[in-house]
Amino acid sequence: MTAGEWRGVPNLARRHWQSLWLRRLFQALTWLGVMLLAILLFRIARQGAVWLDWDFLTSFPSRFPARAGIKSALAGTLWLIGLTALISVPVGVAAAVYLEEFSRAGRLKTFIEVNIANLAGVPSIVYGILGLAIFVRGIGLGRSVLAGALTMSLLILPVIIIAAREAIKAVPQSLRQGAMALGATRWLTVRHHVLPGALPGIMTGVILALSRAIGETAPLIMIGALSYVAFVPEGPMDGFTALPIQIFNWTARPQQEFHGLAAGGIIVLLAVLLLMNAAAVAVRHRFQRRR
Amino acid sequence: MDPRPQGVMMAPELTAAEKPPEKHLREAMPAPILETRKLSIFYGRNEAVKKVSMPVPERRITAIIGPSGCGKSTLLRAFNRMNEFIADVSMAGEVLYRGRNLYGKDVDPVEVRARIGMVFQKPNPFPKSIFQNVAWGPHINGLVPRRELPELVERSLNQAGLWGEVKDRLGESGLSLSGGQQQRLCIARALAMQPEIILMDEPASALDPVSTDRIEDLLFELRERYTIVIVTHNMQQAARVSDYTAFMDLGVMLEFGVTDQVFTRPREKRTEDYVTGRFG
Ligand SMILES: Nc1ncnc2c1ncn2[C@@H]1O[C@H](COP(=O)(O)OP(=O)(O)OP(=O)(O)O)[C@@H](O)[C@H]1O
Ligand SMILES: [Mg+2]
Repeated sequence: MTAGEWRGVPNLARRHWQSLWLRRLFQALTWLGVMLLAILLFRIARQGAVWLDWDFLTSFPSRFPARAGIKSALAGTLWLIGLTALISVPVGVAAAVYLEEFSRAGRLKTFIEVNIANLAGVPSIVYGILGLAIFVRGIGLGRSVLAGALTMSLLILPVIIIAAREAIKAVPQSLRQGAMALGATRWLTVRHHVLPGALPGIMTGVILALSRAIGETAPLIMIGALSYVAFVPEGPMDGFTALPIQIFNWTARPQQEFHGLAAGGIIVLLAVLLLMNAAAVAVRHRFQRRR
Repeated sequence: MDPRPQGVMMAPELTAAEKPPEKHLREAMPAPILETRKLSIFYGRNEAVKKVSMPVPERRITAIIGPSGCGKSTLLRAFNRMNEFIADVSMAGEVLYRGRNLYGKDVDPVEVRARIGMVFQKPNPFPKSIFQNVAWGPHINGLVPRRELPELVERSLNQAGLWGEVKDRLGESGLSLSGGQQQRLCIARALAMQPEIILMDEPASALDPVSTDRIEDLLFELRERYTIVIVTHNMQQAARVSDYTAFMDLGVMLEFGVTDQVFTRPREKRTEDYVTGRFG
């Protein structure tokens, strides 16, 4: 063969054809997912939009659909998620820092790691049973929002720990060495270099975990969160209800109007989720710009 | 700043010739500030450093050379107890710092690292501002009061030959600098700790010839005030910058002596083969 001459590549046409069709298949599947979500959102929006107004947000539940609102459920969810974050984030991040930065390899560490991984897969109802036994009855917190938050914290701790560990692992080793070589202790290295570097990843994990907690219904029903609540929790020991429970209750009723109310509740739930995600993105953005 | 014309820098022979070898020829070797005694270091069962005894003369530049994998970095890390972050490392023997065993029971490794600085092969500035990069070490160690930090930062950046380039952008991220500038920032960071000894593990191997040259100039300026141990793969660099040279092979220290002697009249055949490029 003379130099500069094109050499044939075997099967080229077939491989191009394969590539083209696979691309179309993946595109179709992606769109399928998006379409299903869009249809769902559209149906809910059409059903619930008419019920969505200021009164809906500021009224307590009622037997009369026109007067019913989600004030107590929304407040309950905010309380629940706020307390859950306060409990689970420090504990989860501390556990992750311990496992990644301080603990020594060994059987105990492996045991802890395997357990955390397994806990992440335990069905949420089981956490509900645990919460009922320990928090509601065991230490006598009753059906309070604190008991709910503790139960939710158990539920999402494995997720937070795993996400935080991954984020901490992703901080380059050379940074730790640079800090240590300047006479920093482990803790100062973690505090000034590892945690700030891992923060965006930790935030993502926390938000994902809290998003899961916000939609969980089973463990709340298990620990006996109330279904008809005509007050807003004023402290961690107060009883509460939450958005998913309220939605569930409304959908269980025969009247069409209550189904509309449920759709409205779903929209509010989604809005809260969206706000949380936006907050996470904002924080991430801020920290990434600073470096 | 560098007075030499830019074009010359690419030719190592010329550069070497222009640097007057104002070395401490034929002097009596200064007392060692740091010294290893039969130091062996193991990774698990693999003995990476074998019974090395070597002095590090005070206020001189000592180069450690040798083929890849011979244990240079391992030995260097033993000087400021950085091996402790590697799992499964064990050692035998002693490292004496001014006559005191660095690995003694009463010695705090954090204090050792605060006194003996280190510059790594790959520049690793913190993802923080240039100012904070330099100020962080002295700050956490409480070396100077907060209000004196700016002065210390300026002095350190000056010593590292970086002040002129960064004085108007101290608030910018250390990562916004070029590779060579980042390495000089890391040197400034080490200098700000006012260490007596600076350990450098191939500080210029990730840099272009111009930046390498600047680092070497810098070493020349620092040698009167600091004790420097530098690991390098670059024979010309070792010959140019160091006063003393240690040659290692397969974990053993085969030869230690005044640099000119090691390079021109090595005692060991193996050293000669290595410095003349016949293996390695
Ligand atoms: N973290 C580690 N764990 C296990 N073995 C290691 C580790 N680091 C180095 N070694 C081994 O110890 C020996 C010496 O390694 P070292 O990094 O000190 O060599 P070096 O002389 O610095 O090499 P180079 O010039 O390539 O940087 C090598 O055989 C290497 O495989
Ligand atoms: Mg090395």
